[in-house]
Amino acid sequence: MLARAITHALVGLESRRVEVEADVRETSLPAFVIVGLPDRACAEARQRVMSGIASAELRFPKGRVIVNLAPAALRKEGSGYDLAIALAILAASQQVPRERLESHASFGELALDGRLRRVGGILAVAEGARRSGLTRVLCAREAASEAALAGIEAVPLRHLAEGVAYLRGEGEPPPVDAAPPPPAERRPDLADVRGQERARRALELAAAGRHNLLLAGPPGTGKTMLARRLPGLLPPLTPAEALEVTRIHSVAGVLSPDHPLVTQPPFRAPHHTASTPAIVGGGPSVRPGEASLAHRGVLFLDELAEFPRQTLEALRQPLEDGIVAIARAGGRAVFPARFQLVGSMNLCPCGARGDAALQCTCSAQRLAAYRAKLSRALLDRFDLVVTLPRSRAVELAAGSGESSAVVAARVDAARRRSRARRSAEADELLGRAVDRIPLSGRGRARVARVARTIAALAESPHVEAEHVAEALSYRGAPHE
Amino acid sequence: MSDLALAVFASETGAHLVRPPVGRRWSAHLDSFDDAAYRARLQAGGFRFVGQRELPPLLRAIHDPPPGLFVRGDADLELLGRPAVAVVGARACSGYGASVARMLGRELSSAGLVVVSGLARGVDAEAHRGVLEAGGATVAVLGCGIDRDYPAAHGELARRVAATGLLVAEYAPGVEPAPWRFPARNRIIAGLCRATVVVEARERSGALITGDLALEEGREVFAVPGEIGSALSAGTNALLKLGAAPLTCAADVLDVYGLAPREDPVDDELLAHLPATIDELVHATGRSAADVGHALTELELAGHITERDGVYRA
Repeated sequence: MLARAITHALVGLESRRVEVEADVRETSLPAFVIVGLPDRACAEARQRVMSGIASAELRFPKGRVIVNLAPAALRKEGSGYDLAIALAILAASQQVPRERLESHASFGELALDGRLRRVGGILAVAEGARRSGLTRVLCAREAASEAALAGIEAVPLRHLAEGVAYLRGEGEPPPVDAAPPPPAERRPDLADVRGQERARRALELAAAGRHNLLLAGPPGTGKTMLARRLPGLLPPLTPAEALEVTRIHSVAGVLSPDHPLVTQPPFRAPHHTASTPAIVGGGPSVRPGEASLAHRGVLFLDELAEFPRQTLEALRQPLEDGIVAIARAGGRAVFPARFQLVGSMNLCPCGARGDAALQCTCSAQRLAAYRAKLSRALLDRFDLVVTLPRSRAVELAAGSGESSAVVAARVDAARRRSRARRSAEADELLGRAVDRIPLSGRGRARVARVARTIAALAESPHVEAEHVAEALSYRGAPHE
Repeated sequence: MSDLALAVFASETGAHLVRPPVGRRWSAHLDSFDDAAYRARLQAGGFRFVGQRELPPLLRAIHDPPPGLFVRGDADLELLGRPAVAVVGARACSGYGASVARMLGRELSSAGLVVVSGLARGVDAEAHRGVLEAGGATVAVLGCGIDRDYPAAHGELARRVAATGLLVAEYAPGVEPAPWRFPARNRIIAGLCRATVVVEARERSGALITGDLALEEGREVFAVPGEIGSALSAGTNALLKLGAAPLTCAADVLDVYGLAPREDPVDDELLAHLPATIDELVHATGRSAADVGHALTELELAGHITERDGVYRA
């Protein structure tokens, strides 16, 4: 007896329809085989499915059971196929109506006791199912609100037995509403920052102009604290952006089950010991990296100079194009990765430089090696470079500044303003700076971009000389 | 006989007059020339005319002073009589030449001198721009009719020169640029100035003509030393060999005029607090971080302060 269940395989952020065919020959010698290029996790579905079916007080068919995952040439990765395999076997052994099963997509991992577990990527699977004309997707209850984001009806299941009962028409599971908006998350607020006017200003500019920002200074000057406050200044994601970001986070399996929709710009801060594939994406089973998880948000690289140079150089493609393209023998996956890069670094390896109270002990060679880690090409990607020396006790004297909400309102208004053009005086100052500093072509373009943001924040119809002058003050790469 | 009639005659016939002209053509011109109507047309076009007798004494003193100068620009004509210095050089100049010319324009102007040049590409234009950067007045001497912008790409520069300074030419409106007019123009540049600085010049450069003319009239000539072996500096280095004074800073020129380099107006409020970080300046002055950032850049560009590791020092 033959039966089919429908599921979808993840290919990058997309999904492709996979038919799980089960062939049960009760009179043949007992065997249970899964074919169709399953990876290790997928092939181990055998044990989970056998135990799961038994625990649900259903019958695992005697004789030979062959499961084929078609198309057979596509690699099947992960444990999300468990539910489809189990249901196909149950349909082939006439414990579940076959036609009804074929009108549903199924996705989820089975526990040995038959309960269903949530697997990352359900959003892409549900979107694929909707596109291929199915109206309902069977999934773990924790994954249901995520699946519902795709605009398809999700059938939330706690246990395999619930799914079987539903397919037999013995009861409708409770309907799932589209995910409620997440409760206002407590994000780090700028009001917590005392003093640091220069850095606050830079954060505001970075938020308003989507500029990459490099914070340089001795340890303990609040670089990390400041960086964490950038996402709070960014406007919330538009519905389209939110779905786009949620899709990436879904594939990576990092969504919260209760509030799967990502509505705020994400903030990702990978540690410098993370591998290049972990940051840029890739690996044996092509996964989005931190760069893609930070899509439409902020990628914060603390201690920038501690990251392997290879990792930093690999970030240049996404910084330029906003995507990560991963080519494998089996195909090519493209992940969006349009993030704002915020880096922090010390001014020297020992960290004392820039701190008036300490004496830097770094040798000239160590200092040179430290700086050589950051290529000119990467440094050129930072529109804003802010040096934060340790101020002499001014933070303590300073009151708390504006809150994130106040700044975010200005950022939002500035982003809506049209691009201003430079006045003749501004051009003249820029020309003078090019001679005097000197500024490379790319450096000049950076200054011009920042000046435009400054003008937008100042609600000025033109980019004036004073805007260019301020923009020039953020140009400095940490220099000798 | 008016200077204007003479100047228009010289422009139209292309004559270089050392003595008053004679002959039938000249008398025909005199007969037909309507002085008042021509002046009205000049005024309508936004131009003025300075007769030979009102020319500054320095220019009048040269071997072949022009019959008069046509003037474009809003500045007082008294500008032409102020202590002036010519900054001239190659059109195809190097980055070095360009930056020296601009620096000279800026510093000589802010010390109180009128910088005179020829509005040409390269060194000339940089010298004018340097003056404009310093907010000073500059005089551009044209080698074509006063109504022309030559080269055309410098139309905007000409407009900016005219806004605070003057453009002058011995040629009446409508006269086309011609190669031989530029050496003639150079004698006016040299003639207006007590000193001439040649920034960069090839071996047979128009700028050297200006230098030679200045020497003939007994004016000071400075040459900016260049790299030996560089064709662009061959002319200036040859001038040095001939005994021109080497110029290594703007003060070399200012000494001739008995002037001292003038300090730019400085944002004293910030300087008084240095060395300091931007945050410290914000707290000390109560100004915004944006405002302090832009003021510091201005000071840095003017060479008053330097920044290292986020600390600004005077």
